[in-house]
Amino acid sequence: MTPVVGRQAVYRINPVAKVAASAIISVALVLTIDWVSASVALTIELLLMPWAGLSAARFFRRTWPVWVAAPLSAFTILLYGRPSGAVHFHWLFVEITDGSIELAIATLLRILAIGLPAIVLFVTIDPTDLADGLAQIVKLPARFVLGALAGLRLVSLFLEDWRSLERARRARGMGDSGRIRRFASQAFGLLVLSIRRGSKLATAMEARGFGAPGPRTWARASRLRWPDAALVALGILVAGAAVTVSVVTGHWNFIGA
Amino acid sequence: MAAAAVRARGWGWRHAGRSPWAVSGLDLDVEPGERLLLLGASGSGKSTLLHGLAGLLGGADEGEGSGELLVDGTRPNAARGRVGLVLQDPDSQVILARIGDDVAFGCENLGVPRDEIWRRVGESLQAVGLDLPLDHPTSELSGGQKQRLALAGVLAMRPGLILLDEPTANLDPDGVVEVRDAVRRVLELTGATLVVIEHRVSVWTDVVERVVVLDDGALRADGPVRVVLTREGAPLAASGVWVPGFEPAPPVRARQLGGGRALHTIDLAIARLPSTVLHADIAVELTEGRLLAVTGPNGAGKSTLGLTVAGLLAPASGSVVADGHPGQPIHWKSRELVTRIGTVFQDPEHQFLTGRVSDELAVGPLLLGMSPVAVATRIDELATRLRLDHLMSANPFTLSGGEKRRLSVATVLATRPPILLLDEPTFGQDSRTWCELVALIADLLDDGIAAMAITHDAQFVAALADSEYGMLVPEAVTA
Repeated sequence: MTPVVGRQAVYRINPVAKVAASAIISVALVLTIDWVSASVALTIELLLMPWAGLSAARFFRRTWPVWVAAPLSAFTILLYGRPSGAVHFHWLFVEITDGSIELAIATLLRILAIGLPAIVLFVTIDPTDLADGLAQIVKLPARFVLGALAGLRLVSLFLEDWRSLERARRARGMGDSGRIRRFASQAFGLLVLSIRRGSKLATAMEARGFGAPGPRTWARASRLRWPDAALVALGILVAGAAVTVSVVTGHWNFIGA
Repeated sequence: MAAAAVRARGWGWRHAGRSPWAVSGLDLDVEPGERLLLLGASGSGKSTLLHGLAGLLGGADEGEGSGELLVDGTRPNAARGRVGLVLQDPDSQVILARIGDDVAFGCENLGVPRDEIWRRVGESLQAVGLDLPLDHPTSELSGGQKQRLALAGVLAMRPGLILLDEPTANLDPDGVVEVRDAVRRVLELTGATLVVIEHRVSVWTDVVERVVVLDDGALRADGPVRVVLTREGAPLAASGVWVPGFEPAPPVRARQLGGGRALHTIDLAIARLPSTVLHADIAVELTEGRLLAVTGPNGAGKSTLGLTVAGLLAPASGSVVADGHPGQPIHWKSRELVTRIGTVFQDPEHQFLTGRVSDELAVGPLLLGMSPVAVATRIDELATRLRLDHLMSANPFTLSGGEKRRLSVATVLATRPPILLLDEPTFGQDSRTWCELVALIADLLDDGIAAMAITHDAQFVAALADSEYGMLVPEAVTA
């Protein structure tokens, strides 16, 4: 786990504000399933992307799963979505109708409109800063937040551990067995290793007074300042614009209604 | 911050689920500012005492206590912050991602005000000689730097008593000196009381003034360094402690001449990741009955070379040729590899596959399709030779450091490979295990095995190496 650093303004925004902004957009877009709200949100988001602190190359490298997942889900909806209106194609369970086409487009735009800002905002979050924010602003229990943060550092050791286990198994003659069996036995090895690492880490933390009675102080103050408020306001703006345009144009389609 | 006093009266501790007491009936006084080296064989109760002083022994579910153990007149659990502990493993003591935050962690837990924390962080990093920016990633530190970081984290808590549990056992020789000097500087600055456990006495003889020896959970000797080491040197050395003047004798090698060539490399280039070549044009040769020592600083690529030669990592270019076998080792089947090249990993835990010592030894022979009777004969013979016979039903992960090392060597020998690769075989071992290992390797060489050992241990090189291949940190990596 290496610190996440960058020079752009977005790196100085409190992670809690980033999580909040992305949550506001998600909630608004999950409440309805129409193409208008999603396309309004997506348009504003794309206009804001140049200020997200990512180069174009890094943007696509980080967001490609969304670009793949969105059309795949849309295609599934296109073939199997709830049929309504004119039928264009019908074969067994596959039925492409006006309704399923509209639903597919709405799904495609929705996944992009929720996924892109979430990933882009999370990429520039430093885990330590997030933990500070969750504990000091959201007031989650310090024990839980700091335990998770310290544990996260162990995750970055997993890859190297995995490679060592793989080599060790080959060296012990167990490298030829089936892929699934090998994976299972190696995964168990990794689990054992992680638990041992975890308990050593817990001892080290306890030795530094972690869990001591009495109030804990925070070396790094996590505060919400005006740029953080501005980001949350942007989130509200995106969500609000999407909902308003959708309702005004009569496309609002409350889920479950 | 005043130095702390330690007082034990009839103190003892028994770990939950064990019948013997780890420590019992201990009477001990340590004056404020005293510097004490705690010695004893593994299992003598040193670590238990240190954990007790650090307030880490926990409640009734973790064990049973007796008598009293006090730091400045209070029980250690109630004196958090008065006592600071640095442990053996550098990797498991790093808590946060940036060095400044890591040092601040202890202060935060003690409720120190923010301005005061950062003042202490700066002072502590300076005291241990870590001259790096506060946001420097902790993952990029060397082992010695990580231990100094842990020391800075402890120092920032302003403890009156500093406890060190084998702080240099996992470090290369440069790291050992780095950490020792940092500890000395910290003690000069703070005047804190010190209790240190270490197998290698010579590291600390200039820092400490008093030695306490524990034996089987009880006090055996206590006094000034020279006096105790002169009187107790021989029994201490016999129990595994490295005592200056009582160094283990080098083994006798029966075989005077090497045999045929077993393995060689041609224009070999090595790389951890295919894109970054560490070294090119490597030519090494392994000979039957001979040991090649691969030496050099951390980051030189010694382990990478070892793994490549052992058929566990693909060469970046060039080839590894095992004489008498077609193809490069990396392309052999895993089952073929175990009968041709055996690898003993630096961390024995990485290579354990089962939950029982006897199963662990049987893995290789069973793979080769040996009959149950032949397997039993072979593992019995190995277990006797490596003194594992009383541990056959134990779980490999619960063994002591020395036992784990012997088991990892035994598992490799079970398939009788004629070529052996040893990665830091003597790392962190006490002198007794060291002697056993060196004698065993000498025997194997006399049997005609060709060996390559990656090592920082100058005594090991002096005792066993027939030739040495020195490596330097590649330019591209240092830049």
